[in-house]
Formats: sequence, structure tokens, C-alpha cells
Amino acid sequence: MLADKDRIFTNIYGMHDRTLKGAQARGHWDGTAGIIQKGRDWIIDQMKASGLRGRGGAGFPTGLKWSFMPKESDGRPAYLVVNADESEPGTCKDREIMRHDPHTLIEGCLIASFAMNAHACYIYIRGEYIREREALQAAIDEAYDAGLLGKNAAGSDWDFDLYLHHGAGAYICGEETALLESLEGKKGMPRMKPPFPAGAGLYGCPTTVNNVESIAVVPTILRRGPDWFAGFGRQNNAGTKLFAISGHVNNPCVVEEAMSISFEELIDKHCGGIRGGWDNLKAVIPGGSSVPCVRGENMKDAIMDFDYLRGELGSGLGTAAVIVMDKSTDMIKAIWRLSKFYKHESCGQCTPCREGTGWMMRVMDRLVKGEASVEEIDMLWDVTKQVEGHTICALGDAAAWPIQGLIRNFRDEIEDRVKGKAIAAE
Amino acid sequence: MSDPTLPETMAEIFARHRGQEGPMLPILHSVMEAFGHIPEGVVPLIAEELNLGRAEVHGVISFYHDFRKEPAGHHLLKICRAEACQAVGANALTERVLSKLGIGWGETTPDGRITVEPVYCLGLCACGPAAMVGNRVIGRADEAKIEEALA
Repeated sequence: MLADKDRIFTNIYGMHDRTLKGAQARGHWDGTAGIIQKGRDWIIDQMKASGLRGRGGAGFPTGLKWSFMPKESDGRPAYLVVNADESEPGTCKDREIMRHDPHTLIEGCLIASFAMNAHACYIYIRGEYIREREALQAAIDEAYDAGLLGKNAAGSDWDFDLYLHHGAGAYICGEETALLESLEGKKGMPRMKPPFPAGAGLYGCPTTVNNVESIAVVPTILRRGPDWFAGFGRQNNAGTKLFAISGHVNNPCVVEEAMSISFEELIDKHCGGIRGGWDNLKAVIPGGSSVPCVRGENMKDAIMDFDYLRGELGSGLGTAAVIVMDKSTDMIKAIWRLSKFYKHESCGQCTPCREGTGWMMRVMDRLVKGEASVEEIDMLWDVTKQVEGHTICALGDAAAWPIQGLIRNFRDEIEDRVKGKAIAAE
Repeated sequence: MSDPTLPETMAEIFARHRGQEGPMLPILHSVMEAFGHIPEGVVPLIAEELNLGRAEVHGVISFYHDFRKEPAGHHLLKICRAEACQAVGANALTERVLSKLGIGWGETTPDGRITVEPVYCLGLCACGPAAMVGNRVIGRADEAKIEEALA
């Protein structure tokens, strides 16, 4: 279990002072100017050495992403954009950071922006986060008043402005290029890549989009050194991570743990076990609603990191939003609920996703009631394959994967229901 | 029909956002604050101000759920319908609230007092069901708390 001294988020539960003074007492904003004076290359090298992989779901190495930004400006400004549009069902980690430990994020914004030659950073927060917006804005104002932001931020000779921008109720704006479109004041429809944001992002300028957690851990990594951070977790899956466990556990929670912790330890140590005991575990969605579900029996010994979940279980760590479902769960209905969500949130730009999400939901609708034939399961599988990979952004994939996970893992259950209905009808 | 103060208010909003980059959403948020909805009449004004086509402005307004074209009731009640709140009885609560008001989702009571809309996750999953009246969020919402906030 992760020792308290190794926690990056020391106030994730809001038990301590949330103000700047409180944050400083816990070690944040300590020697920020000194870190910045070590220079851009040093920061990026340290981030690469730490092995931090992006916490927004895809798990792309953060240091490497930063190194894609142009070293010398060609006259265009550079931007850092922080993705705080946390809207995926099950994911609830970033809001705890913004509400209770906002200074980790603000300090991270300053350091990361400096490393990418950016004088301005935007935090895009979803419109529904009312309390989080208030808390974060208050913290930003506080940092400005203390001279930690603005001209010569934190005494580092670097001029830096931080803006909080709030969204208007669209899940798709969590996709990085849709988020940039939305920041520019357009419809939040994803852009084609390439060009990647590091080449032409916000207003056509070099931009890096990072998740809240990826940025918030930066100052602590730089203070304690990349070796410390890389010391947690397996090779290539370094660090500590916020896990958000919800569903049928005795004590759902958000907790910071070392990567590569076993699922069993995570649940038993922090969540008080599965509701009704381990034998009652039916399925787990280990990384937020867009990754395929995994059967309970395969999950018990699972190692919670990017490579194991993707490689061994055909799922993914995603945002580490662990959704636990016990045997009382109607799996088909649970996945139908997700299908409905993706149908609702499809932006309508690409035909496979716009039409496919609705189509998949309607078939799922009938599968829940058992009003379908067994052949339709294969047809549904086929449709998910036609949506997956044929859209500009990952929302099409995200809509297809949960259904694929359902068919792969719980096909017997769907067949039973369909056949049971057919027999009852005779 | 259209508000006579509209051009004046809009001029004031434009002045506030002039020079800002990517001002469309902030302007629309300000319009929502000023009027409680996006009146049809502002579309050409915004298009003119930002040097865009009306269709583009209309597109943005209709893309985001938070921008409403019709005025809401005096109170705007939003009830969370995301998974966590549904799991702790948001559906039953909504049913009772809606049947008591005699309206459906997205509708306004005939006296124009209350509009009820769904919202997806206010970030208060730990104390669901969650609801929101105006800018005030309500945790562990029940009929009594909602009624009190609507009073």
C-alpha cells in the first residue's frame, strides 16, 4: 500500500486547509522559481525519465508529448491547455483535485507552460462542475494576488497567465481537438489529425493538451525526482495514480495508489471488499465507461496498469475509473445505458458514429428485453467493427468497445435471454 | 416581443469581451446570464460583432445543451440523471417531482414558474441524488429540499 509520505495529493479528501497557505504548508509552491531556472530541457528530460504516462485515458508518455512542441518560436505563441472536461461515466478523480487540492494543478500549469514556451494556459472545465469552478477560480485568484501567476510568476522571470474557461454541456469537448474548437468559440467537433496540436492547435498555434492529473503531479515529480516517481509500478507503467472506484464495493472511493497494484489489494484495502464477497463479483469496467468490461473471475488477480489491462485482458486502464458490478447487475442493461450515453453525446460529424451509435443503442434496447434473434448478436458485433476506427475521434471507438466487451464476455447471457424470450413466446 | 433593452445590453456584453480570444462561448454565457436564454435577436448581432455567418452562430448555440433558445421558468430546476444519482433514487424522485408539478422533462409549469431539465453529473455523486436550482447545487436532494429551494 502506498505510504502517506509518498502521496502527491495530500488533500484529496478536503480534510485540510484548501487555501494557498494550506497548500504551501503541505509543500506545494516550494522552490518553483528554482525548478524553472533549471531550464526547459531539464524539465522535459526529468519528465521523460519519470515515465509519467498521460492520465486522461490514452496513456501517452507526457514528457515525450511535451518534447513535440517547437523549441524555438516561429513567431506564433504556444499554449498549454488543460483538459478538465471530465465527463466520462465513472470518472471522478479530477474533480477532487480541483475542489480540494487546486494548487497542485495551478503550480503544474506554470511549470509545464514554461517547459513548452507558453505564456498562457487555459483550463477547460465542464459547465456542470459548479463547486469545482468556484474552488479553482478562488485558488487562481489567490495565486495571482500572491504573485505566483501573472508577470514574473513566482519570481521566475516568466510571465504567465492562467485562464479558466467553462464549457456548456457537451461530452465530446473532452476530446482534445474538439476542446480546442470549443475554446475558439466553435461547435465542439473534433478535428482531423494531423496536423497534431503540437504543430497547429489552438488558433493554429503550437498547443499541448494534457489531463488535469498529468499536470497536477508535475511539480511533485520535479521536486522529488524522477527516480522516486519511477519507483512505483512496473516498468513502463510508472508512478502513483488516482483510482476512482465506484459501484458494488462496500466503500466506493477515490484513492491515490501505486500503479500496478493488484485489483484485489485495491478493493480490499481501500473499498472494504466487494459487496457480498468476492464470489459475488460479476464484472468490472476497469478504466471508465469507454473500455470493455472484464469478467469478475479474470479480474481478481489483475494488475492495475496500462499494459496488463490492455495486453492480458483486452481492456484498458483508461482513466482508472474502476466500475465494479456484482451478480445483481443486469450486464446487458448496464451496457445499454452506456450505449444510450454515447448516442446522446455523438457530435454528428462522422456518419459511422452518428448513425452507428443510434443503431447500436436500438439493438441493445431489444437485447435487454430479449426481443431479438441470436444472429443479431453477430450483426451487432459486425456493426461495432464498422464504427470502430472509422471516425475522426475516439468517441466511435468508445461507443463500440463496451458492446464488444459485453459480447466477448457475456455472450451466453445475451443468448439465454433471447432464447428464453423465444421459448416463452411459443 | 423582443426585449427593447437588447441592443444596449448586447453592446455592453460585447464591450466586456472585446479583445478576448475565442469570445463566442464567453459572450453566450454572458447572454444567458443577462436574459436567461439566447433570444433569437442576438444571433445577427453576434454574427456582426464577430464577423461570422449567422449560420455559424446558430450552429454553436444549438450544439451546446446549456444554451436555451426559449426562456425558462422563473426557477430552473435541474435534476441529475447520471448513473450514480440514478442508483440512489434520482428516478423515483424525479417522477414524484414531475408528477407533482404536472409537467415532463424540459417543460415549464403553465404559470411560468418552474422549468425542469435533466443534467448529467454535477460532480456530487457522493451525496446524490443531486439537483440544482439556479446556481445553487443541492446534495441528497429530496422533495422537501427542492421545494425549499424553489420557494
